Amino acid sequence: MSVLVYTESEEGQFKKTAFEVASYAKGVADMLGTEVTAISFNAQSAGDLGKYGVSKVLKVNDEKLQKFNAKAYADAIKQAAEKEGSKVIVVSQSANAKYLAPLLAVQLEAGYASNVVALPEGTDPLQVKRTAFTNKAFNFTKLSTDVKIIGLSKNAFGLKENQTDATEEDFSPSLSEGDFAINVVSVDKAADKVTIADAEIVVSGGRGLKGPENWGMVEDLAETLGAATACSKPVSDMGWRPHSEHVGQTGKPVAANLYIAIGISGAIQHLAGVSASKTKVVINNDPEAPFFKAADYGVVGDAFEIVPKLTEKLKEFKAGNS
Amino acid sequence: MHAQYFSSVFMYLRNPFIIFIYKILRYMKILVCISHVPDTTSKINFSEGDTKFDTAGVQFVINPNDEFGLTRAMWFKEKQGATVDVVNVGGTETEPTLRKALAIGADSAIRVNTPATDGIYVAKQIAKVAQDGGYDLIIAGRESIDYNGGMVPGMVAGLIGANFVNTCIGLEVEGNEATAIREIDGGKETLKTNLPLVIGTQKGIVQESDLRIPNMRGIMQARKKPLNVVEPVDTATHSEAVKFEKPKPKGDIKLVDADNLDELINLLHNEAKVI
Ligand SMILES: Cc1cc2nc3c(=O)[nH]c(=O)nc-3n(C[C@H](O)[C@H](O)[C@H](O)COP(=O)(O)OP(=O)(O)OC[C@H]3O[C@@H](n4cnc5c(N)ncnc54)[C@H](O)[C@@H]3O)c2cc1C
Ligand SMILES: Nc1ncnc2c1ncn2[C@@H]1O[C@H](COP(=O)(O)O)[C@@H](O)[C@H]1O
Repeated sequence: MSVLVYTESEEGQFKKTAFEVASYAKGVADMLGTEVTAISFNAQSAGDLGKYGVSKVLKVNDEKLQKFNAKAYADAIKQAAEKEGSKVIVVSQSANAKYLAPLLAVQLEAGYASNVVALPEGTDPLQVKRTAFTNKAFNFTKLSTDVKIIGLSKNAFGLKENQTDATEEDFSPSLSEGDFAINVVSVDKAADKVTIADAEIVVSGGRGLKGPENWGMVEDLAETLGAATACSKPVSDMGWRPHSEHVGQTGKPVAANLYIAIGISGAIQHLAGVSASKTKVVINNDPEAPFFKAADYGVVGDAFEIVPKLTEKLKEFKAGNS
Repeated sequence: MHAQYFSSVFMYLRNPFIIFIYKILRYMKILVCISHVPDTTSKINFSEGDTKFDTAGVQFVINPNDEFGLTRAMWFKEKQGATVDVVNVGGTETEPTLRKALAIGADSAIRVNTPATDGIYVAKQIAKVAQDGGYDLIIAGRESIDYNGGMVPGMVAGLIGANFVNTCIGLEVEGNEATAIREIDGGKETLKTNLPLVIGTQKGIVQESDLRIPNMRGIMQARKKPLNVVEPVDTATHSEAVKFEKPKPKGDIKLVDADNLDELINLLHNEAKVI
């Protein structure tokens, strides 16, 4: 009956989202009067999950699952849910989790609520609050199935420590050939770059920066803050920056702790995609720019003067604070 | 004697080479799922005690992710030959959106005559259309910008037992083989698989500048193209959106002087506690 949580890892190390979904699953388990079981794939230090309230870790160690594979992972999670008799399954909203969740929902005939932002309002029936209309609204969704899947939005719940003795158990799901009908032939991923999906801080530039040659100062600021870089849609459409950096309603969603928008006007489509960020700072030379109405802090002025100065001052601040 | 004759014909038909020739000679059948959504500039309001989306004054469009997918389908049609049908699960109000897809170049449209109540319900309707039509490739958006479920394409794939690639930003098909590029957090990966295939797609499969605005000729032709209305299969929903809520209005912004950036750092550190 335990709540099952899919905990993501990379090269054996759990990702921060794994601890966030575990924290959330513990909250749900408390409401249901049960415990949390985690399933991990080729991860080493399963004990770390205990800190966030996980009582049992099902460790899948399988060479064939070294690379993420939505169908095979979904199949394994399904078998874990059946073995544990889990009625609630919690996943993150990473690209991989969003890939496997609908497959898992079909396999378990489970209702699936994506982009969930808070603990359930009630458990019988299970009702959750989720974002809709790309952050322009919330909706409350009731799941009527026996088994339910909750997709937890990044940064919506945070980490909650809850020291628990986690037992570990090896788990070998039986996988079929059909689980491997899609083969990864190559992966192209910048190893040392903070991704928008994982970043705590995102520094984003718009058309106000005039051209791709001016992105050095954006990158410097991002590096100083350990942040990911992003951009508005026209910037990616013009090829100043790669499409993977396009954020907004039709680009990637941003749910960071801090979002810094430089030379971005704040069009409704842009704001929709970034509004889930906790704190927003805008730097723009037009005091009438709509972004000023949607941000927490603002600086009116020329980005070409402000950004390098801000980076210098942040470096001093970091040096003084470490 | 007869049996032998039939079995040799059968062997011949099952010959991989013959299958290969057949597959490349036969046009690929593509189904593009079209979600009918409020234009991205829409203000979102609710009616009936915040239980219904208020459509007053709202303009509806093809879901942006679906439009990218539809454009990729047109390229398949033009470059290697394919038939492209579009499908929507919805009431009569979605027909102008389907007509727009026809004006862009789809060959025919199917409307499953029922409100789109939840992800699995819509997926089961599309799965039925997909199975009846024997499609090789089903293109849907990574997510709709209204419900943001991010679930219909994966569920369709699961239901019909097709392969599935999500956040697909590149696709080539040759015979029965597909090479897809999937966007992952922080990069991309290249995948190989076989048809039948379902993709959940987004910008990148084609670029913004590749999108097509229907011209007069397309609009005229679209009026004559078939738009078939089919009745839904009876199936249960799994979820229900019971109530909506708008985000709380934002508090006032704090402006910091451009000559006083230390104050900004102070606020971010001590007040917002984000650095
Ligand atoms: C269907 C659709 C979907 C869309 N989806 C998205 C989306 O997902 N994401 C997105 O971002 N957009 C999206 N858009 C586009 C959106 O409507 C805006 O056009 C876009 O966000 C504007 O980008 P921008 O702010 O960089 O440029 P602009 O609107 O041109 O703004 C540039 C800003 O820079 C400021 N500026 C100029 N010089 C300086 C300087 N020296 N220092 C400081 N500031 C300066 C200006 O005052 C201005 O406010 C979409 C549009 C449509 C139609
Ligand atoms: N009512 C519908 N009719 C046709 N296709 C749909 C419908 N709803 C969703 N889809 C397709 O599924 C994709 C993802 O939708 P969703 O799961 O709602 O985020 C959309 O981009 C469409 O391609």
